[in-house]
Amino acid sequence: MNRLFPVLSVVVAAMFAYAPVMIANAPYESTMGLIQKIFYFHVPVALTMFLAAFVCGIASGVFLFGRRRAADRVAVAAAELVALLGLIVLTSGPLWARKAWGIWWDWDARLTSTLVLWLMFLAYLLLRRYGGPGSERLAAGVALFGMFNVPFVYWSVEFWRTLHPKTSVLPTLQPGMRGPLWFCFAAFLGLFVLLMAARVRLERRRAELEELYLALED
Amino acid sequence: MLSVVRSKVRAGLRCGAAVALTALLLSAGAPAFAGQQPPRTTAAQEGFVPVDELPPEDRLPAAPLLVAAYAIAWVAILAYVWSVWRRLGRVEQELAALGRRAGTGARPGAGE
Repeated sequence: MNRLFPVLSVVVAAMFAYAPVMIANAPYESTMGLIQKIFYFHVPVALTMFLAAFVCGIASGVFLFGRRRAADRVAVAAAELVALLGLIVLTSGPLWARKAWGIWWDWDARLTSTLVLWLMFLAYLLLRRYGGPGSERLAAGVALFGMFNVPFVYWSVEFWRTLHPKTSVLPTLQPGMRGPLWFCFAAFLGLFVLLMAARVRLERRRAELEELYLALED
Repeated sequence: MLSVVRSKVRAGLRCGAAVALTALLLSAGAPAFAGQQPPRTTAAQEGFVPVDELPPEDRLPAAPLLVAAYAIAWVAILAYVWSVWRRLGRVEQELAALGRRAGTGARPGAGE
């Protein structure tokens, strides 16, 4: 990863530099107009957040049942990314809604379940930070629940009547809109890999530091 | 003969009264009919209204919201990158200092 990291950084930076050009050239949506262009960040960030939640949940499961410390480090890194990406989703969404729906927020199924998902991963991070010894196993349980919440969030728009667009929007996108969307998603996937690598490295170095402190005490 | 004239006058009076009553009713009902006319529309039929003359609640430009959404996303991402970088730098420094103390010379990136 050490060799790939700079290469991937350059690729991702170039993709994000080109993304505004693609977004600007994408066709305007007929009813929402300019504000719909939030879509090209909002949806890729939301999908990457779901991926991060899955990575955190699976790694937490491996840590809980397989007792592998490396998996725990991956879980912490992914949980922080869920918190970061969730923050972006939960701020870009209301900014879009204010213009498209005339309101900042609505307590409908999609919005509320996304907020709950985000709060679950904040709870995970708070447990890790302030829970004391053994809290990592408790936090891993929270992460598993968080992961199981993801399909619930995704299909909530199908189960209940909500203001939020349905999942059918993505497969039926016009080609002019499809390109920028998946390009931005690829850029966010690259960013996710980079941030995971950096954050996992931080956890690994912290573990080494702890071992060194213990060795010095002995 | 006189009775015939009287009956014709009465019939004429009745007819006049009926016409007057009808006219009165029609004049009284006119505003009600006028109220059933389609409402005057403001949708650019009788004159164009510049958007800056709309009340503030009807005016909501998309650009500031769009810019805010992208700006918040980038500020959050860059703040997180800076935070990871700073934390990693601090740990690396501490590792190097401890390594020197222990005499083992902890190698940066050891264990990868």
